[in-house]
Amino acid sequence: MTAVLEARNLVRDYHIPGSLLKRARIVHAVKGVSFAVDQGKTLAIVGESGCGKSTLARIVTMIDPATSGEMLIDGEKVDIARDGLTSEMRRKVQIVFQNPYGTLNPRKKIGDILSEPLIINTRMKADERRDMAMAMLKKVGLEEKHYGRYPHMFSGGQRQRVAIARALMLNPRLLVLDEPVSALDLSVQAQVLNLLADLQDEFQLTYVFISHDLSVVRYIADDVMVMYYGEAVEYGSREEVFSDPKHSYTKTLFAATPRADVDSIKARLARKAA
Amino acid sequence: MSLLEVENLVVEFQTASGPFRAVNGVSLKVNEGEVLAIVGESGSGKSVSMLAAMGLLPWTAKVTADKLQFNGIDLLGMSSSERRRIVGKDIAMIFQEPIASLNPCFTVGFQIEEVLRLHLGLDKAARRARAIELFELVGIPNPAERLSHFPHQMSGGQCQRVMIAIALSCNPKLLIADEPTTALDVTIQKQILDLLMRLQSEHGMGMIIITHNMGVVAETADRVIVQYKGRKIEEADVLSLFESPKSAYTRALLSALPDNATGDRLPTIAEFLSDDQIFAGAVR
Repeated sequence: MTAVLEARNLVRDYHIPGSLLKRARIVHAVKGVSFAVDQGKTLAIVGESGCGKSTLARIVTMIDPATSGEMLIDGEKVDIARDGLTSEMRRKVQIVFQNPYGTLNPRKKIGDILSEPLIINTRMKADERRDMAMAMLKKVGLEEKHYGRYPHMFSGGQRQRVAIARALMLNPRLLVLDEPVSALDLSVQAQVLNLLADLQDEFQLTYVFISHDLSVVRYIADDVMVMYYGEAVEYGSREEVFSDPKHSYTKTLFAATPRADVDSIKARLARKAA
Repeated sequence: MSLLEVENLVVEFQTASGPFRAVNGVSLKVNEGEVLAIVGESGSGKSVSMLAAMGLLPWTAKVTADKLQFNGIDLLGMSSSERRRIVGKDIAMIFQEPIASLNPCFTVGFQIEEVLRLHLGLDKAARRARAIELFELVGIPNPAERLSHFPHQMSGGQCQRVMIAIALSCNPKLLIADEPTTALDVTIQKQILDLLMRLQSEHGMGMIIITHNMGVVAETADRVIVQYKGRKIEEADVLSLFESPKSAYTRALLSALPDNATGDRLPTIAEFLSDDQIFAGAVR
């Protein structure tokens, strides 16, 4: 079986132009990253701000081209710098961003937000688009009455549901989730994570899940990749990475994650009393 | 005697659709050298209750309380100029967004020296020496050089250290940290929390940490208050809260942690709790 997404040695450099007093320089945002994700699986990418995880998301979503390296979607080579982007390719990969307050156009109704990808990428008729948007609203746990409302009438969790619905309108194979739950409350986070799991089961979706929250990653991921300064310092199955981290940065990351279990509280209180 | 004592605090905002009650009868106490965590989801009134105690809310807010005392002094009946002498000096606050809470137009050195000038009346040389000392205390490298930097030249973690330095500049008795690490990376979060806890125990400060992160609570607090929709749901010491939570809401909140996931779906609060059930076990 070919992987839905395969990356071979992806590199992305950004050129910072110089000026009279400053020399031009090159930022190596992603330095040769390789991975593969099978259908229905979730790859989690973990790392701190500035480690290149969002740059990688932009490459995978075909927003930016890679400077070098190969990317294969469904076994087909994709190079948007050379071939441009077709609507067929765009339909295969969709993205959900971190901040649901910033990604929905405040002047558009939810129904129009959901129909827009269809208008751009398909030749569906208006009533078909409407039916599909209605059906998708129900799939993500919203109601038909929400079709004519504006984004400001929704809570953060509901907006993230709308953003997920919009990403699913084109029936993609691969969904890139760039920190989809880090702006949400704990209970809402649980609801959205459950929704993502339900949708993955129903549509056999493949996820690339970008996060800095290790407890969420441990819950949702099949494979985990840890990035540090543009390099993948650790890549393996969830069990491998969490039970036996090899790279020192991964160990630091695990040690830094606050633990909410009774034993670690007891240990801390004992240290404090001593 | 407790440092901060709040009884039956109510905060109401006048809105177009009538008054909105953001905080509904919350009581709390913080003792010297104690770390109290206030946990809750957005809209639970955890930030608003602390802003009310400090008198930082806009005039549209109506604050009432049976008792609002800091160190035995009544905060409620105070004029705003009297209050300003305490707030920023004896009670200090750290906010969530370090980069947004510093003024982008002034150097960080100016901003820390401003506090020293207003509250302690130090002269120029003494201010500079104290600012350098404070930057060293919070672990900013090259403190003398850093004083002339602007907030945008520093990273989020460094800006939060500057905020902590400003908050600590007058040796406050009570430090209120409102989501101090939410905007930061995990490794930086660890450093900032360690720093706060070290300074808290060294100076014997009372401290209130407002957060929604159960991990942060577990790592820092002595005592915890759980809030929901402006009401106090539960108050317990940290160990018994995690070991044997009394209210259904706290249990639901803890089971929604991905750490505690047992099946392949997480339990969610709305699924098995209505507002009535949550408030049924509420304490005063």
